[in-house]
Amino acid sequence: MNNSAATAIRLHAIAHARAGDKGNHSNISLFAYRAADYDLLVRQVTEARVAAWFATRHPTAVKRYLLPRLHGLNFVLEDVLDGGVNDSLNLDTHGKALSYRLLMLEIDVPPRFTLPQLEGPIAP
Amino acid sequence: MEDLWVGCAAGGSGDRVDAARPIVAAMVKAGKRGVLIFENLAERTLAFAQLAKRANPDAGYEPLLDEEVRPVLGDCMRHGIAIVSNFGGANPRGAAAHILRIAEELGLPRPRIAVIEGDDLSDPRGQALLRPFLPSGSTGRQFVSANVYQGAFEIADALKAGAQVVVTGRVADPSLTLGPAIAHFNWARDDCDRLAGATMAGHLLECGAQVTGGYFADPGFKNVPDLADVGYPIAEIAADGSCVITKPPGTGGLVDVRNVKEQLLYELHDPAAYLTPDVVADISGVELDQAGPDRVRMTGVRGHPRPATLKALAYFEGGWLGEAEISYSGPNAEARARLAMDIVAKRMGPRFHIRFDLIGSCSILGDDAGEMRAATGSRGLEDVRLRAAGKHDSQAEIERLLREVYSLWLCGPAGGGGVRTARRQRLSNVACLVPRELVPATCHFVS
Repeated sequence: MNNSAATAIRLHAIAHARAGDKGNHSNISLFAYRAADYDLLVRQVTEARVAAWFATRHPTAVKRYLLPRLHGLNFVLEDVLDGGVNDSLNLDTHGKALSYRLLMLEIDVPPRFTLPQLEGPIAP
Repeated sequence: MEDLWVGCAAGGSGDRVDAARPIVAAMVKAGKRGVLIFENLAERTLAFAQLAKRANPDAGYEPLLDEEVRPVLGDCMRHGIAIVSNFGGANPRGAAAHILRIAEELGLPRPRIAVIEGDDLSDPRGQALLRPFLPSGSTGRQFVSANVYQGAFEIADALKAGAQVVVTGRVADPSLTLGPAIAHFNWARDDCDRLAGATMAGHLLECGAQVTGGYFADPGFKNVPDLADVGYPIAEIAADGSCVITKPPGTGGLVDVRNVKEQLLYELHDPAAYLTPDVVADISGVELDQAGPDRVRMTGVRGHPRPATLKALAYFEGGWLGEAEISYSGPNAEARARLAMDIVAKRMGPRFHIRFDLIGSCSILGDDAGEMRAATGSRGLEDVRLRAAGKHDSQAEIERLLREVYSLWLCGPAGGGGVRTARRQRLSNVACLVPRELVPATCHFVS
């Protein structure tokens, strides 16, 4: 794949994520597959961008914690679960799918940026 | 001091029940007198267990307990593998009695079973104790139940006293792992770094397969071999509180740094302050290393003294939830689904808030108010399922909503099919903190 012209990519191409819930709050952890891409995440996936990206879920606060040794970021989005497991009308009351909402966020990458060599199709 | 192996064969109520055998087999083969845990209590599980116990005083513990314990009880007793679980739910004594029956039916000697209690604040005395600590305005609804999260030290006491099975109600999930480690290594309350290390091992174990390949696979990006036969995790805990996470040989799934990272942060907020009844864990300096195939070593967890309070969850009746769905497929399907949505909204009137999902276009990422759905324009999709969901104190109003979707079959757009409706009572909860000296845990052996 030639990505030399790419300027914006979805996070899904370079990072993985997992969402968990506590009450009405969601936390989404985000990890760069490659250590070298961690700084890109730190620079561009800011609290403000994440708050804006989840605007329709009306977070009352977005807090980011950095875990440089794990090449990871932990986002805590407060009050985004419409009341959480007990009160939300969402099919996904836990917000388990919100990790993939985060992975849809686009970030800018430098010219000639190459995507990580991921695993490709599973061998039959 | 030899490592302690703790295997986790369930990550929630209703999880798979065939996970324990490979864990026990691995321990027996390695000659380890390890510990087998089942984590069976999510936030809501216990409140529903309390309702089940009200309807039948013999119920209220994990409904799958028999399927979990029966296949492995004999091997565990023969090889000195203790079983520790919160499968007692709202009725730990009932669970203990059930395990005694299993042992008798299998012709086993009578197991020594310890029951940990003190978590249940559902009776009038417990409610009165809890009331001053609940947030104001949270007690308007009918009270259902309350439980406080107990810790690991009573589990450790039970094991030190020779328990072969420890049955608990609500304890913090990682305490199921920490308790056996405290007993094995004889740790003290101020061994904070070690307590925190084993607490995080327990945190990695407590959701079962979520650290061995479950909740992780993303084909082409994160491949997981043989997820259909995923092995459940084993933590090999060392005397310094560090651990290796692995899984039984010959099982599916994987343990690598990527999925251990994800699970380490799961349901965790501030990495420097993970609060449990036993210790405050700090994972900001954690190192994870691939120590071999399907083996990840965790080191560097730090600990601080435990909080002065315990977390409690109180449950109140929360009215009714109704859900109804209908599908449209083929040419112009999305427009027909949107027309159906408008019909239901108009029939129900503006005073009844309904959440609509257009499954296939915009559903679970959206908010209850429908802002994301409104912002998602029509894309001419040819396979869309409409879902309507509402909540109300009146069951009659919920039934009215369900009938409005049901009648779309006859009165709605062309080609609507596959109506399903469901209603259930809801529970809402409130969390609060209680000074721990007011709610001591108790431990006794079943005689």
